[in-house]
Amino acid sequence: MEASKQYRWGTLVTEIIMVLVALLFLVPFYFLFVNSVKTFGDLLTNSASWPKTFEWHNYSRAWDLTNFPSALWNSLVITVISNVLLALFSAMASYRMVRHNSRFNRFLFMIFVAAMVIPFQSIMIPLVKVTSTLGLMNSIPGLIACYLGFGVPMTVFLFHGFVKSIPLEIEEAATVDGTNIYGTFFRIVVPLMKPMFVTVIILNTLWIWNDYLLPSLVLQSPDLRTIPIATFAFFGQFTKQWDLALPALVLGILPVIVFFLAMQKYIVEGITQGAVKG
Amino acid sequence: MNRQKSSGLLQQLIFVGPSTIFFLIIIVVPFLLGLYYSFTDWNGVSGDVTWVGFDNFKQIITNDPDFGKAFWFTVRFTVIGIIVTNVLGFFLAYFLTKPLKSRNVLRTIFFMPNVIGGLLLGFIWQFIFVKGFSALGSATGWHFFNLPWLGDETTAFWGIVIVFVWQTAGYLMVIYISSINNIPKDILEAAEIDGASKLQILKSVIVPLVMPAVTVCLFLAISWSFKMFDLNLSLTKGGPFRSTESVALNIYNEAFQNNRYGLGTAKAIIFFVVVAVITSLQVKITKSKEVES
Repeated sequence: MEASKQYRWGTLVTEIIMVLVALLFLVPFYFLFVNSVKTFGDLLTNSASWPKTFEWHNYSRAWDLTNFPSALWNSLVITVISNVLLALFSAMASYRMVRHNSRFNRFLFMIFVAAMVIPFQSIMIPLVKVTSTLGLMNSIPGLIACYLGFGVPMTVFLFHGFVKSIPLEIEEAATVDGTNIYGTFFRIVVPLMKPMFVTVIILNTLWIWNDYLLPSLVLQSPDLRTIPIATFAFFGQFTKQWDLALPALVLGILPVIVFFLAMQKYIVEGITQGAVKG
Repeated sequence: MNRQKSSGLLQQLIFVGPSTIFFLIIIVVPFLLGLYYSFTDWNGVSGDVTWVGFDNFKQIITNDPDFGKAFWFTVRFTVIGIIVTNVLGFFLAYFLTKPLKSRNVLRTIFFMPNVIGGLLLGFIWQFIFVKGFSALGSATGWHFFNLPWLGDETTAFWGIVIVFVWQTAGYLMVIYISSINNIPKDILEAAEIDGASKLQILKSVIVPLVMPAVTVCLFLAISWSFKMFDLNLSLTKGGPFRSTESVALNIYNEAFQNNRYGLGTAKAIIFFVVVAVITSLQVKITKSKEVES
């Protein structure tokens, strides 16, 4: 009796402390949202207070000035297409590399793993030259090609470990039934790989959606801007105009917050999976 | 026989070909080109590129105080950043694996900053350091909030550390939670029956058994902090007086602001070597400390 009472008391204290820490974590979001709907004068007088009036038209101005629909669309197109191709190509490559463990494939896998160490800054300068030589500059397909290159090592690595755990018997049964290798892969192996597809897509989505540096080097036209580039350009133009900058930031983080809240369970699983393999 | 061989080659091409081609064009070719350009005076614009031998490397080591400064900043930031974020991430996980009523909501809150990209986070915090802190300062009168934050070298450094920890602790927490949950219950119960205190259990049972997660989390944190760019660019732009310029930002500025591409690639190669050495050392050291449960 005494012990359980003590235990509950301790848990309650822990709970209260953790809730306070969580509130501390939320303070930046409070500042962001509250000030995004203030008038500029109200914001300058006291940024910690609740808004006197709610100036929702801050949002419509930021929406127009950043050309938000276009940035959102570009970010979506780039993230979705890169993800689909990256997952498909990497799954295919790792399947072949595991099932046909030749010396060449072992070497290739080793190179993929080694390349995961290379920091982006170590290749970005010559990359600009390579992409412009190949005509990949200033185009969304060009940027997607870059994401495929940068994403392959990590994605292959994750799939490679997973394919190893798939029992060979299932595929052998299919081969005996007369299914060819492509049929076996797409109809039998891919469904078995589903959990790893989810992990890979989650990890790559968070990376590509939030990436600033690579798209800023590849895309130049204003109408090709993704959300991070549009935000950066906006800040360069309206420094210190917080009544415009803050709503633009809220618009910028909203899609990814919604994605997170909707997919939270998978994101947490994906990170754990990715970490265990990594 | 021959037909089988050619269909094997076709399969290899179809399955492995696409990823290999993109990998070669986007990573391998630029990497090799970078090795070459680091020995030249390439400026990115003109066609003629002259071989200059080790001149770039000599200049970086002997005559580039800003690069040295950026390196020293990055090292200090990495050491402090990874310690603080791992300690916080671990303790968040430790307390959130206890049967708290609000633990699912709390986990969501702690993780949330991580899904926002570093660039946007930096801008959000710029506002908080500049406007938010001064408002809190006049409301509370605390000296802490009235510091010049982004305007002073020391506080700007800690400003970046604060934002980095706020962004990354939740991610590490997720990994630590799964590792703590994987500790067999009977080991914890046995320790309790033997009369071990909570602190002893934490120190002698939980910490040794989550060492594999520590390896992973240190690895991740080092790689984030050592390669930090987005947050650095949007929060301080390396200022004041280039005191918070990370190596990644220094390389970027050298190439795309000063147009000294040859020098920039030489810096990039040095950066790569350092990252590779640190990463392999760190994995080796932490792996040797892992304990089987």
